[in-house]
Amino acid sequence: MSFPWAQEYAPAHPFMKWVDEKLPLPRFVYNAVGAGYPVPRNLNYFWNFGILAGVCLMLQIVTGIVLAMHYASNADIAFSSTEHIMRDVNWGWMLRYAHANGASAFFVVVYIHIFRGFFYGSYKAPREMIWLLGVVIFLLMMATAFMGYVLPWGQMSFWGASVITNLFSAIPLVGDAVHTWLLGGFAPDNAALNRFFSLHFLLPFVILGVVILHIWALHIPGSSNPTGVEVKSESDTVPFHPYYTAKDGFGLAVFLLLYTAVLFFAPNALGHPDNYIPANPMQTPAHIVPEWYFWPFYAILRAFTQNFLFFPAKLLGVLAMFSAILVWFFLPWLDNSPVRSGHFRPTFRKFYYLLVVDMLVLGYCGGSPAEEPYVMVSQIATAYYFLHFLVILPIVSMVETPAPLPFSITEAVLGADESAALAAE
Amino acid sequence: MVRIISIAVGAFFAAAVLFAFGLGAYSFVTEPPAQTVEKAFHLHPKEDFHLASDGAFGTFDRQQLQRGFQVYSEVCSNCHALKYVAFRDLKEIGYNDDEVKAIAAKVQVPHYNPVTGELKTTAGMPTDHFPPVVYGGRGSPPDLSLITKARHGGAAYVYSLLTGYADQVGYKNEKGEELLKKFPEAKTPDGLHFNPYFANLNIAMPPPLTGDGQVSYKDGTKATVDQMATDVAAFLVWTAEPSLEKRHQTGWPVLAFLLFASVLAYMCYRNIWAEKKGH
Repeated sequence: MSFPWAQEYAPAHPFMKWVDEKLPLPRFVYNAVGAGYPVPRNLNYFWNFGILAGVCLMLQIVTGIVLAMHYASNADIAFSSTEHIMRDVNWGWMLRYAHANGASAFFVVVYIHIFRGFFYGSYKAPREMIWLLGVVIFLLMMATAFMGYVLPWGQMSFWGASVITNLFSAIPLVGDAVHTWLLGGFAPDNAALNRFFSLHFLLPFVILGVVILHIWALHIPGSSNPTGVEVKSESDTVPFHPYYTAKDGFGLAVFLLLYTAVLFFAPNALGHPDNYIPANPMQTPAHIVPEWYFWPFYAILRAFTQNFLFFPAKLLGVLAMFSAILVWFFLPWLDNSPVRSGHFRPTFRKFYYLLVVDMLVLGYCGGSPAEEPYVMVSQIATAYYFLHFLVILPIVSMVETPAPLPFSITEAVLGADESAALAAE
Repeated sequence: MVRIISIAVGAFFAAAVLFAFGLGAYSFVTEPPAQTVEKAFHLHPKEDFHLASDGAFGTFDRQQLQRGFQVYSEVCSNCHALKYVAFRDLKEIGYNDDEVKAIAAKVQVPHYNPVTGELKTTAGMPTDHFPPVVYGGRGSPPDLSLITKARHGGAAYVYSLLTGYADQVGYKNEKGEELLKKFPEAKTPDGLHFNPYFANLNIAMPPPLTGDGQVSYKDGTKATVDQMATDVAAFLVWTAEPSLEKRHQTGWPVLAFLLFASVLAYMCYRNIWAEKKGH
């Protein structure tokens, strides 16, 4: 679907006409990311991050496939094959750093993308399906990143795998059996490493598939925009190309600048030193911490230190950690406000900023050792996290009086003076 | 309906975690966690430690790496292996082919006889890696190839550890607290050595650099303990990350290109949007 004023693909060259009749692929591209796709004219830089996430996925797939040509997923030699990549493979160090930091870059971009969605109410009707698919992508990304981190088979790889797979043993009755079945053993070993490698290779392509659905679903209603007001007329939109290809090109260049700065000058800043120690099942590291992008959820997991009612603490932690993401699936129905954008929702906006701070606090606690005061702080932050999504958001969206909305996107950009709007066209 | 369920679920999680908070806070107040000897006396690596390889413009000081290699071969290699490094790699720190051959030949490396299949220790070749070190006693000392990447603080940690041995009797921290008076039970056990830079303060490694002149540097540099510790730390930065120099050298042109591309892309963006925003 598109707006009635979308430009139609009209191939001039006989060859392109011929192609268009047989397989209208150029027409498809033209309507998806070309001049045939009208997009709101007022998108700010936060709307760059979808494209950037796509670029990150491609970057990870390309570097990952080449790395897989040199890596050996065997518990005896996985660590040294990683060092072989770093030392003996031509530009192997660059590939590996690009891939490891690429994962971090992907998560930075996707977190910004998600929090853009939170603020601008991008999950609201008619875009629920885009949001649901997005949460699926995020879950798949977490699984992929977790299994990828296990592959170098360093100390943090091994113990991270140990801790996270151990969570499944919290399931009542069948937990232990599930845990053994998932790992192919009682502890992470060669069997686990091999299946993690296999799945780590598979899942990015599953992600790619869901990304295609995500973009497909996006093209049905078209992009939302910072005002949250739907597109009403042609003057509200610009063709995707050249307007947003140009803007995304600039965003991409800046992103690559920051990403390569980390890649070439601080490639280990986001990693943990213990992962340069080969895995040793007989020696537990002093602090087991996952990669930074899991810290907020790791903090939630560890915040549940006491049994409560009939629930053992471990099960509560596991339930809470998964619920912390699953709750995002219900967001379109929990936030009932007719207004999308946080710009016009004064009360919601305050709680939104509190949530951002809360996530940062959770992240900080998740990366710190499991001792006081971090545990107490993370408990308060966890309570707020759940109250925010499950209690505050539904209530605020019912009682809040939103600020007046602009009549249209054009009015928001050019002002209410009609002659100004007309003159600009 | 969905909102009623959600409020109930949210209240449940909040109640469970706040209950845990309450109990945690109560025991934190009634029985504050006891201070540990590690918390009070463990030192972080010295911060005023700098090498030529530091920073975005860092390069290796090859003279220093060769001195560090000398310290490694004469002191550290008695107990610590360097298994991810091959002798041929030493060309990168300024040795020529003949010197590499001579260095390798001085080291005994296990080789399989291709005819008999017998494993025999013979003189090393440039293609060999540094051999494993068999160490009788309490476990194997860690391989040093990656040590500066495998410890918080990196090279500064290696340097601090090597120069940080102290006499535990009468040892005081910055606050002036005396260790054995505050924690009499934390006396270093026999066979271990007190070193505040080591995570649990007691390290199995005896002080390896015992006095000035322990190594006679070929380039005539005075071999103080401080100098030897610095040099070997620098050498271990190279063994952990031989590509460091190339990485820095590659990074700058990449950044310059992307900066140029960003400026062009920005101008392109402004140009295309010039009439749309009405400016």
